[in-house]
Amino acid sequence: MDRRESLKTLIIGGAGTTMLLSCRIDDKPDTVGISENIESDFDYGRTPEEERWDENLMSEQFYTENELATMAILADIIIPGQGDYPPASKTGITDFIEFISKDIPEHQTPMRGGLRWLRTESHKRFDKDFTEISSEEQLKIVEDIAYPMDVKPQFSQAAIFFSRLRNLVTTGYFTSKPGIEFLGYMGNKPNVWDGVPQDVLDEHGLAYDEKMLKVAIKPEERNEIEDWNDYIV
Amino acid sequence: MSFQIIEQSTKYDVCIVGSGAGGGMAAKILADKGFKIALVEAGPNFDPANPEQRTQLRWPYESPRRGASTVRAFGDFDMAYGGWQIDGEPYTKAPGTEFDWFRSQMVGGRTNHWGRISLRFGPLDFKRKDFDGKGDNWPIGYEDVRPYYDKVDKLIGVFGTKENIPNEPDGFFLPPPKPRLHELYLKKGTSKVGIPMIPSRLSILTKRVNKKRQACFYCNQCSRSCSVYGDFSSSSVLVNPAIETGNVDLFTNAMVREVITDENGKASGVYYINKEDGKDYRIKAKVVILAASACSSARILLNSKSTTHPNGLANSSEVVGKYLHDSTGASRMAFMPELMDRKRYNEDGVGGMHMYTPWWLNDDKNLGFSRGYHIEYWGGMGMPSYGFGFNTEFLHTLAPQVLGDRKAGGYGVGLMQDVKRFYGSTLGMAGRGESIPRAENRCEIDSQKVDKYGIPVLKFNYKWSEEEVKQAAHMQDSFEAIIKSIGAIPLGDKPGKETNYGLENPGRIIHEVGTTRMGADATTSVLNEYNQAHDVSNLFVVDGGAFVSQADKNPTWTILALAWRASDYLAEEMKKGNI
Repeated sequence: MDRRESLKTLIIGGAGTTMLLSCRIDDKPDTVGISENIESDFDYGRTPEEERWDENLMSEQFYTENELATMAILADIIIPGQGDYPPASKTGITDFIEFISKDIPEHQTPMRGGLRWLRTESHKRFDKDFTEISSEEQLKIVEDIAYPMDVKPQFSQAAIFFSRLRNLVTTGYFTSKPGIEFLGYMGNKPNVWDGVPQDVLDEHGLAYDEKMLKVAIKPEERNEIEDWNDYIV
Repeated sequence: MSFQIIEQSTKYDVCIVGSGAGGGMAAKILADKGFKIALVEAGPNFDPANPEQRTQLRWPYESPRRGASTVRAFGDFDMAYGGWQIDGEPYTKAPGTEFDWFRSQMVGGRTNHWGRISLRFGPLDFKRKDFDGKGDNWPIGYEDVRPYYDKVDKLIGVFGTKENIPNEPDGFFLPPPKPRLHELYLKKGTSKVGIPMIPSRLSILTKRVNKKRQACFYCNQCSRSCSVYGDFSSSSVLVNPAIETGNVDLFTNAMVREVITDENGKASGVYYINKEDGKDYRIKAKVVILAASACSSARILLNSKSTTHPNGLANSSEVVGKYLHDSTGASRMAFMPELMDRKRYNEDGVGGMHMYTPWWLNDDKNLGFSRGYHIEYWGGMGMPSYGFGFNTEFLHTLAPQVLGDRKAGGYGVGLMQDVKRFYGSTLGMAGRGESIPRAENRCEIDSQKVDKYGIPVLKFNYKWSEEEVKQAAHMQDSFEAIIKSIGAIPLGDKPGKETNYGLENPGRIIHEVGTTRMGADATTSVLNEYNQAHDVSNLFVVDGGAFVSQADKNPTWTILALAWRASDYLAEEMKKGNI
């Protein structure tokens, strides 16, 4: 990831924590400093050994330029984006697949082999590399391998490759910033949980019972220090 | 260069080996009482508020592997330095047996990432032999430990509800968070099939217990350790305050090789290897407390051989390393069509389930197995990480209505929309059960192998019995009943006999205990009822090793209570001049 990008994220994390600190009873913030001290190239909380491991993987290159170009095309067929949401290739998908294939070497042979099959198939059918044929021609090949439960015998291995690629592209997209926004995940930030929203409860025909409502934490009391004096076990 | 052991000039009152739940608690209690303490930790320093170590509130795209579990066993953001294997620190298994050993080497140990499930043992849990004739009773009962559970509740904080269930004692509970949507469905479903669900009991601060720790802000990331100390980690909650007393010297990256004994056979300190400079050091202390984790403490004792202790220290009973036992574990996942197309809102909640199922069949003697299990649940609209969206074609086959005239698998905008529609519609549950401790399930020193520090390593020898297998079969039946009760579809085939009903390998639940068990009889136990070695009066073990049996309860709360109790006893004995 781009260092500027991670810096931005860090500052967002820091801002969130600062917001929380305003709720403190005492005034000495002894747990601040989250946005300070960000010298390392990998600033997601690595130990020195882990940092070296990441750097080591990043210094190697597994896929060829042609393989990466082929994957970018396939990634955009799998996740083309919608409206303001970009296609997979604009979300760092090939960087991710390059990295994860070194990190989880089990991906290497099936991925390389699948991409090689695709190149051969493209040459067989169209006498050109997969990156050089038209979108319609690309889709003709993809259509034959995209439905693992309904695939012709001669394409069974290629369908397994495509399922692996679909997994990696899907997971890569939905763990990217635009993908998470498209999905609509709303968490990973300081907030106060006060139960399922009423309209959702209504929609599902569910409700909190009296006992739960009585004992559950009241959001306005969360910053109080619990007083055990009158508590009877 | 000649081999040299470097001596620390200070002679400490107490040397504590390990800074997890047991060691952290002992350090806190004894430091508060004014004892001078050397706290020795095999890993680096750690404070969840340290920005360089923080993983809390990070996004999957901050990790080049998107949080995958290749480097850290529970994902890139999990706060455990170590894992199932550690480079240069191997362990072995006897042929035909299985044990997976999870180690976390850092200040706070495994408490930095644990599930915060904080259950008291009940009266029955200390005396199971009286009830079913199997295993052994503890030398103490619930009433002995209860005052310490109370103190732990108040010092550390745990939410829950008073339920008056006989073997699930209530405590000093902070208010619980309201259940999530899938938990409401589960509560409704399980009540129809006679399986109870109550608010979970987790050491997470829904309210504050002191001014140094803030209340939970509901990010669901306790496994990353909380930077505002809103959950219990030994590092932030016990070790830091202990150090603030000025009575504790913390030794990090210090791998303890053995306990040193004097001519009278008493403990006089420890030898350790400093991982940074590779040199050997010696710490002198009047008392040694081991809290390195059940198996690591057993290993240290077994490696502490001398002419007065030829079998290893505190091992005249030859029980050290034996009676090793872990919780049983099995799980099942399900897909719930009614949870498709969910309205989005922030459902993170606390770091774990808001409701769980305590064991409900204590009175049923016809189950075919002796001990119970509780059920933990997960589900909801969580933060995606590596693996999210895999096998969408499989969900397609379970919910073909989303496809229209498309086929399972596929690509394009339709696939993107499907992933979105399925989000939050899968859930899962896992049983965590009590196994019966047996002497033959053990760890011992491997006579053939040392680690990179030259320390002989552990060899495990552990097999489940029919008791645990039958319990797992019962879990699977319960899971199917629960899944059916909410109108969900179980994923995959029901694990059957050929896989021991999905029973996980021993060690896998990371509740391993029992290797230095306590007892009234010095010939069949290592420690007395105050965690003090029968053979060596100034040696204590305050980790899970002391457990006689482990209930279906996660061990941490009991480790904390017993470590506090042992520390009070030790302080009294020192005052009286008995130690």
